[in-house]
Amino acid sequence: MENKITNRQAICDVLIKAAETHRDVIVACSDSRGSASLSAFAEKYPEQLVEMGIAEQNLVTVSAGLASCGKKVFAASPACFLSTRSYEQVKVDVAYSRANVTLIGISGGVSYGALGMTHHSCQDIAAFCALPDMRVYLPSDRFQTARLIEALLTDDSPAYVRVSRTASKDIYGENMDFTLNQAKLLCQGKDVLLVACGEMVAESLEAASLLREKGISAGVLDMYCVKPLDEKTLLQAAEQVKTVITVEEHSVYGGLGSMVAQTVSAACPKRIVNLALPDGHLTAGTNREIFKTYGLDAAGIACSAESALAQKTR
Amino acid sequence: MDDLTKRAYALRRDIIEEVYRSGAGHVGGDLSVIDILTVLYFGVMNVSPKNWESPDRDRFFLSKGHCVDALYMVLGEKGFFDKQEAIETFSAYGSKFIGHPNREVPGIEMNSGSLGHGLALGVGTALAAKMDGRAYRTYVVLGDGEMAEGSNYEAMMAAGHYHLDNLCATVDVNRLQISGKTEDVMCSDSLAQKFRAFGWHVTEVEDGNDCGQLLAAYEAVALYRGKPTAIIAHTVKGKGVSFMEDQASWHHGVMKPEQYAQAVEELEERAQMLTGAQKAAGQQATAGEKTTDTEADNPGAETYTNVPGKTTAGSRESAADNRKAMEASHGK
Repeated sequence: MENKITNRQAICDVLIKAAETHRDVIVACSDSRGSASLSAFAEKYPEQLVEMGIAEQNLVTVSAGLASCGKKVFAASPACFLSTRSYEQVKVDVAYSRANVTLIGISGGVSYGALGMTHHSCQDIAAFCALPDMRVYLPSDRFQTARLIEALLTDDSPAYVRVSRTASKDIYGENMDFTLNQAKLLCQGKDVLLVACGEMVAESLEAASLLREKGISAGVLDMYCVKPLDEKTLLQAAEQVKTVITVEEHSVYGGLGSMVAQTVSAACPKRIVNLALPDGHLTAGTNREIFKTYGLDAAGIACSAESALAQKTR
Repeated sequence: MDDLTKRAYALRRDIIEEVYRSGAGHVGGDLSVIDILTVLYFGVMNVSPKNWESPDRDRFFLSKGHCVDALYMVLGEKGFFDKQEAIETFSAYGSKFIGHPNREVPGIEMNSGSLGHGLALGVGTALAAKMDGRAYRTYVVLGDGEMAEGSNYEAMMAAGHYHLDNLCATVDVNRLQISGKTEDVMCSDSLAQKFRAFGWHVTEVEDGNDCGQLLAAYEAVALYRGKPTAIIAHTVKGKGVSFMEDQASWHHGVMKPEQYAQAVEELEERAQMLTGAQKAAGQQATAGEKTTDTEADNPGAETYTNVPGKTTAGSRESAADNRKAMEASHGK
């Protein structure tokens, strides 16, 4: 049965549970409690909810101020605004000051596909990975999202978590093994390794099945921890294959593909193909329609993998 | 109060040494804001090396972070670190005493300095105090040129919305910024009205380089309940060094040797005068008057012009005691 529970709902459930015993757990939002599925938190713990209104820059800096007084702040706002309008506030007040703030970028990537480029966040991985002391996570399903938030509740460093608007397909189960900053090798291949994050993990798993039907051995690595990139697991998996393909709901520049290419090319050079959104104005539509348009659905990924393997190395 | 004035002039002398040695810094703004910083750290705020780890310490953010040169001298004077080290290594290769506030320096709360961030940080710490039922206060110092940053108005709006009466913003209105007169670059007139429009209580200090006027204003706003407070302090850029006063070119000007010598001479003369005057006065503070004093629940402007001198400030303990007494008398 198709999962209907969104990753943002999973975040809310974990935070409600945490707030029961930890009054320093604070949710901050920018008129975004509804769109972040945090209304239940707001109703249950109104004294632990800080509403900043439609003022994302203030949201981030005020969160850093709260954190400096011992609060564990989860600041939730659409990823498009957090990662661009509030970028300096994230750079200075959260990352540079190493504030105990977790930024929750809701409706990331092309979740708001039909709302246009203003509401896309296809540069957030690049932007936040470039900030010293900032960690960047794109969990792939609701179970991993919950484990990730539980882990972040126990530390005191800055982090950015991007989740999609729609429910992600289930990949794991309630009792999944989870280690923070450790990528998850879902299956090992001999021909090609698909390295994906966020929504692209489920698409890559389906692509691996399609490839297997054609006799191509494809592995899938869930690199939900884009920064710090789990280089050890990546290289171990990459060494086994001929070609590495990265898959992400992000600009082709500066995201997971760039990070993986840097690591793999330095340590175990392979052909690397980056599947991502093009550097241009994207077509309007649902996220699934946009994925299909740009070859980021299972069929498109499988097709690209097949072509890459067919290409001769110079 | 006389002690504060004397101390502020001694700190001016330190600032001149610091910026001259380094060939860096923002001396004009340092000299306009130094009286505000001196009064806050030695007459108002409950923060010192002794209580630095305490969650109940008062919080301070220098939003106009480029004037950290002045803050370093005040923090050194306060005993957070060896002031001489800051003077000798300010802006030097590998030094922690860099050109904007950073937390490697004891006494600095957050890394900052990009304009338009301090007030929102202050909203955060003031909100946290309300959540935790703590009595500490948050003080933020901004520049008038900085008030062109839109983020300030988001922070003002939130502070008013949450009635953060434990938050006090001071705007160092020296009317000059790097390109010239603030009114020409981007007019920030009507600051008081702007703060009031966002639900703040506003106090104007006619001479923001007068420690007595500043102290009176800070003591009064500490009693104010229900709204955050803004102190609009009218200062002179470069105050205390004749050739720097009211000159935009001294925003971050670098002194030539003869200018350094003149600055030192003027400041030392002034220090001697203050010492003499203090002796003559026999340490007795002279009480002055507030020219205007509105009801506490009236957001209308208060203006401080003369020396109130009702508090013999000068130590962390006395400031804390004063606060306790004031809060007790207001049934807090």
